[in-house]
Amino acid sequence: MNRRVVITGMGVAAPNGVGLKAFSEALKKGKSGIKFQPELERLKFRCQIAGKPEISEEMLKEYFTDLELRGLNSSGIVYGVISGVDAWKDAGLPFGPEAETDWDNGIIFGTGILGVDKFREAIHLIDDKNTRRLGSTSVVQTMASGISAYLNSKLACGNQVTTNSSACTTGTEAILMAADRIRAGKAKRILAGSCGDSGPYVWGGFDAMRILPHKYNDNPQAGSRPMSESAAGFVPGSGAGALVIEDLESALERGAKIYAEILGGHINSGGQRNKGSLTAPNSEGVKKCIGNAIFDAGVRPDELDTINGHLTATAMDPTEVANWSETLKLRGTKFPYINSLKSLTGHCLSAGGSIESVASVLQIDEDFIFGNINSEDLHPEIEKLVPRKNVPEKTLFKEVNIVAKASFGFGDVNAVVIFSKFRD
Amino acid sequence: METKEIIYCLKKIVKPYVQNDLAFQDFGKDTDFIKDLEINSANLVDIVLDVEDEFNIAIDNDSMDKMLTVKDAVEIIKTKQQEQ
Repeated sequence: MNRRVVITGMGVAAPNGVGLKAFSEALKKGKSGIKFQPELERLKFRCQIAGKPEISEEMLKEYFTDLELRGLNSSGIVYGVISGVDAWKDAGLPFGPEAETDWDNGIIFGTGILGVDKFREAIHLIDDKNTRRLGSTSVVQTMASGISAYLNSKLACGNQVTTNSSACTTGTEAILMAADRIRAGKAKRILAGSCGDSGPYVWGGFDAMRILPHKYNDNPQAGSRPMSESAAGFVPGSGAGALVIEDLESALERGAKIYAEILGGHINSGGQRNKGSLTAPNSEGVKKCIGNAIFDAGVRPDELDTINGHLTATAMDPTEVANWSETLKLRGTKFPYINSLKSLTGHCLSAGGSIESVASVLQIDEDFIFGNINSEDLHPEIEKLVPRKNVPEKTLFKEVNIVAKASFGFGDVNAVVIFSKFRD
Repeated sequence: METKEIIYCLKKIVKPYVQNDLAFQDFGKDTDFIKDLEINSANLVDIVLDVEDEFNIAIDNDSMDKMLTVKDAVEIIKTKQQEQ
């Protein structure tokens, strides 16, 4: 029953580019989407910079009906719908009022928390003893699965339609859950992805934990510094990424463009033991996850062209690189190229895994390895394992066949997926 | 407020929620919000809120339950306006 699984459509709403074309260009040019956020200054955040996709009024009208726009106050739904509909269209699948229910199509679209701004609105009304003024949209914009529900009002999927949630691994987990379901023959096409709201009510808790950088408020684009010695915390981000995961047979039958194949992957948890905790990973779990993913994909470590790490720009970056090096048993010039999208977008939290997977697959489709900005002072612990040239600062244009993508999240949860160029 | 004027305002309020455009062309006193205009029943609460804002009135739960047709709505609006 091991069917081959491929990617036939993608969409993205990232801080440094909305839409595949703009995003791909931003990756190649090293364009940062990190900006100073006056709202965070007003609220006296320590960290006043963040990554937020730019969505115009015209764009909103293109993706939402006038009715849907009334009282819409859930940025996660906005990003999720834009990326999800784009991916679906890109795959050439039917959508809109004319599309009929297709029992072979599903949605697994995750989030960490949805519609916080809408929820805040509701809390104020309820506390003012004015619950009846909430209207009909409060529930659907704040239930976690609201994003899958909004998407399905446009896509008419009749297979499993759900929302997963596993902190910063959410997006990568969604892709692997979709691939598993298709591998098992239970669905033919699944829109997999994730989204994350923008704003102070999502980011505040991280600011309070003092894990966000606070010295770059007047120099936002230098703030996100994965793998650098001066990394001082992750810049909060937001957005959404979406990928159409499809049974190879179905994709070939439809004559769909195939971006890449999902060779395999693994999802696990370190069990919050052995230095693992609510907020830190157990390295043993991380290494098992990487190793099992490589095994599941049936590739040799030296076949990896590049790694798209989790690499958030905290003190854990050198540990993550060491975990890769130990598991792959590769170091020095043998170590694959490695990059982190977070240097350009910040850490998009629940949306991170899917946005970064879109970036990983674009590298395969368009043959490049995007550069890590702000890594000029590469951390010496990392440089002991990986030569400077394998942590490119500028985009390299070269053939890319196999990419390993990892996401690790609060709660000590891990996900690693292996993407490959499709070859018949 | 004249009945005609109220109906004109109601038509504007209801428009974004309508799913049967053909029935909307004959919008009048006897129009039923759900049966004729095929408005999603969840949206009726939004229409009530819009009506409250437009006419600057408060519609209690009992009146809300009775607001099924344009005629019902007109009567409720008139009564509430007079109460003020």
